[in-house]
Amino acid sequence: MLDLTFETPKPKVFAGAKHDWELVIGMEVHAQISSQAKLFSGASTKFGAEPNANVAFVDAAMPGMLPVINDFCVEQAVRTGLGLNAEINLKSAFDRKNYFYPDLPQGYQISQLYEPIVGEGEVLVELGGGKARLVRIERIHIEQDAGKSIHDMDPHMSFVDLNRTGVALMEIVSRPDIRGPEEAAAYVTKLRQILRYLGTCDGNMQNGNLRADVNVSICRHGQYEKYQETQDFSHLGTRCEIKNMNSMRFIQAAIDYEARRQIAIVEAGGSVDQETRLYDPDKNETRSMRSKEEAHDYRYFPCPDLMPLEIEQAWVDDIEASLPELPDAKKVRFMHDFGLTDYDASILTAEVVNAAYFEKVMGTASDGKLAANWVINELFGRLKKDECDIVDSPISPAQLAGIVALIKSDAISGKIAKDLFEIIYTEGGDPAEIVEKRGMKQVTDTGAIEAAVDAIIAANPEQVEKAKQNPKLAGWFVGQVMKATGGKANPKSVNQLVAAKLGL
Amino acid sequence: MSDLTKLTVAQARDALRKGETTSLELSDACLTAIEGAGALNAFVHNTPELARDQAKDADARLQAREAPALCGIPMGIKDLFCTKGVPSQAASNILGGFTPEYESTVSQQLFDAGAVMLGKLNMDEFAMGSSNETSCYGNAVNPWRRAGDDTPLTPGGSSGGSASAVAADLCLAATGTDTGGSIRQPAAFVGITGIKPTYGRCSRWGIVAFASSLDQAGPMTKDVRDAAIVLQAMCGHDPKDSTSADLAVPDFEAALTGDIRGKVIGIPREYRMDGMPDEIEALWSRGREMLQDAGAQIRDISLPHTKYALPAYYVIAPAEASSNLARYDGVRYGHRASLAAGEGITEMYEKTRAEGFGLEVQRRVMIGTYVLSAGFYDAYYNRARRVRTLIKKDFEDVFATGVDAILTPATPSAAFGLGEMTDADPVQMYLNDVFTVTVNLAGLPGVAIPAGLDAQGLPLGLQLIGRPWEEGDLLNTAYALEQAVGFVAKPSKWW
Repeated sequence: MLDLTFETPKPKVFAGAKHDWELVIGMEVHAQISSQAKLFSGASTKFGAEPNANVAFVDAAMPGMLPVINDFCVEQAVRTGLGLNAEINLKSAFDRKNYFYPDLPQGYQISQLYEPIVGEGEVLVELGGGKARLVRIERIHIEQDAGKSIHDMDPHMSFVDLNRTGVALMEIVSRPDIRGPEEAAAYVTKLRQILRYLGTCDGNMQNGNLRADVNVSICRHGQYEKYQETQDFSHLGTRCEIKNMNSMRFIQAAIDYEARRQIAIVEAGGSVDQETRLYDPDKNETRSMRSKEEAHDYRYFPCPDLMPLEIEQAWVDDIEASLPELPDAKKVRFMHDFGLTDYDASILTAEVVNAAYFEKVMGTASDGKLAANWVINELFGRLKKDECDIVDSPISPAQLAGIVALIKSDAISGKIAKDLFEIIYTEGGDPAEIVEKRGMKQVTDTGAIEAAVDAIIAANPEQVEKAKQNPKLAGWFVGQVMKATGGKANPKSVNQLVAAKLGL
Repeated sequence: MSDLTKLTVAQARDALRKGETTSLELSDACLTAIEGAGALNAFVHNTPELARDQAKDADARLQAREAPALCGIPMGIKDLFCTKGVPSQAASNILGGFTPEYESTVSQQLFDAGAVMLGKLNMDEFAMGSSNETSCYGNAVNPWRRAGDDTPLTPGGSSGGSASAVAADLCLAATGTDTGGSIRQPAAFVGITGIKPTYGRCSRWGIVAFASSLDQAGPMTKDVRDAAIVLQAMCGHDPKDSTSADLAVPDFEAALTGDIRGKVIGIPREYRMDGMPDEIEALWSRGREMLQDAGAQIRDISLPHTKYALPAYYVIAPAEASSNLARYDGVRYGHRASLAAGEGITEMYEKTRAEGFGLEVQRRVMIGTYVLSAGFYDAYYNRARRVRTLIKKDFEDVFATGVDAILTPATPSAAFGLGEMTDADPVQMYLNDVFTVTVNLAGLPGVAIPAGLDAQGLPLGLQLIGRPWEEGDLLNTAYALEQAVGFVAKPSKWW
């Protein structure tokens, strides 16, 4: 198997008025666990239900109601941990994080502060150009989501929708290993890709199913290396946490803004306050949400309603054995087995459904590069135009493989192949049969092509003279021949014959 | 039959099966007794219609000879249990008007066993108190009085209404809950039997939570046999409560042989408190002798961390309570304060909780919030948890030496006068739990039974503490002691 090696990228450098600065970024990604039922209540997690339709007594924190863990959510968290090469803790425990808010009916969120279910792992974040950052994962824990407060429906009242209350989240906490806005977005993209491969989170950022809190600080060159040697945070600047971002673009823009804001403060002789900030995409700026002094005292303590969560190694092993092939491995295999470029393999493995489609194409196709071109350029392009999902593609992998095979065997030209693609896309059918029936086959019979060339030359003596003076005009003859043969002549043969007959 | 209300559960069960009475007669007799006992303030919400319906159902089942264990037995349910369609307020104003859409597992199991619910019983607000004086309904009153003195006395707490109702024969049995002694202390104050089973024996689902790691439901009954019968129906594994134990429930009544020959009874030296009244000391000694006379072997034992139990309890219980009571915020149910113009959510929380919670509840919420705060967590909460582990280990060590049960006084005094402790340091009130909290901290079963009267004619109780999950064995020891004590006194009716 091919083994990819990557170069560690340099951190992004921000030029201040006085110095150059580097960024240090750590992220907490909240990923909604894919599950039919909530973490502790059994209520549905279906998105888009009527407000307060998916609410069990437990979610509404009725008196005397008790949480019962949903084992499937635990399995999903374990699966995620295994997918991130992380340590699985056979014993973990739930804690209560106490604070008052109307969309938090219990007055506490059940989370895992002291003993998370997943320990240290890692994510390889490729950045192009043979560069990749290995981002360490500190931990993953399971927790409940809160509900939604709605403040803009009535001038005097606020409303609360508890549908989301108690939905299971995984909080995936990275080490401060990310060194620039683009890396941060690439990290979330990669994490999202792995979660989607694992089927543990749908990664739908628009619906808030994947959200990121970003911790940003600035430092001078060399400071980060000192932190790495000692793991002593005092070498780094004071960090600010930008909360709840649900778009890759906003993540980059917010970090960029925040970096410049902190640099300006420090260069003016000030100091950055540790605080929680919110990003405003309309104004492209971050704003203080609460300072360290205003920070909640969450009074975490072990949740007495739940026993410590104990799982067995054999169960973890079973989950591990059922893990799908993950993006890095799949990409390497595609490059190795199908002769794809890094670029094409990356595109084809970005989504597991795309990779599965391509793999089916390669079940019969022999030229990986050619097949990849057709899947990426023609199929993806056409599907995108129709806003059609690949799983609903009108062209099956076998049909696409058929088209590729016809091109590969010189039976049809690339141009005809595009027509054929469109016919099959709209009407269906077997590629070889269609080519046969509709006479789309490429003319490779040099006798027939020669006759056509001779006829054109004979009919255009003036053009012949001009072409002899200026060989570039040979293209005109090629075009005429193609026109005369209805585009079915093999362009390579036509080129050769025209050149020979004109004595070029 | 006359004096139906004076029957024990076992006697009523037999009378019903023999057709000597009906559940409707029995229930009506109780309902009449309740109506005449307003002065006791034991019941805070009566459910006569429900009771009669359930009684008629029970009579039909009795007729059909398909009667389950508690078929037709009229009971009272502590207000801490959520009962479907019946107001359930934990004796707190903050749950004013709250009527649950669900039935607690324990009350449902009682109904499944054929029990009849007469109404909801008074208690200290959110089960926080030892005198029933923190109830939003005003205190229940002890049916007992000191000889020649009509000072109203406390029935104890928090299950004071349950204690008063059973002692005054308003119902045949009642449910209680016990977080630090809330079944055993009131049982002792009114001369009845109360058992707190092993933590995890009864489901907590549908019981308003006070301190989740300590709360357990249990029966309050006229004698040990009744405790065995009612507990049997109350307990068992419940998948809706993650802390409920998935263990088979043995036949507790069948364990009541009265034969305790060869059993080893431990007498913990640390329970001999400074300033303990001589009467309590004497009662304890008599209990020891009676058990010895019944063939048990008496052994002096040590539970060295006992003195740290009360402080640890008063850190852990308020800590959990401060979190458990956060849900009473006026947003979804119960009381909500009215707000002035310009006031927002913070004012709503503050006013609602200030108006809805009584002072003792507020005190404990504040203590709990404090001990969990950043900077204090290790010094208080974590240290208390470590103490708890040591207390548990004290008991494990003793049981490992072959001790079967431990005998202690149930309370440091007889029932005190209502209002007597109102102005005292709250710690004086907390001291009521000194013999009982260790059992909750260790999660063990403990039973209080009446063992005699003090010089003023008030009942005094002894406590037996058993091995985890050995309620049958514990009840049998209690049964042997009960036989030896022969406690038959009843309060004279003044209400």
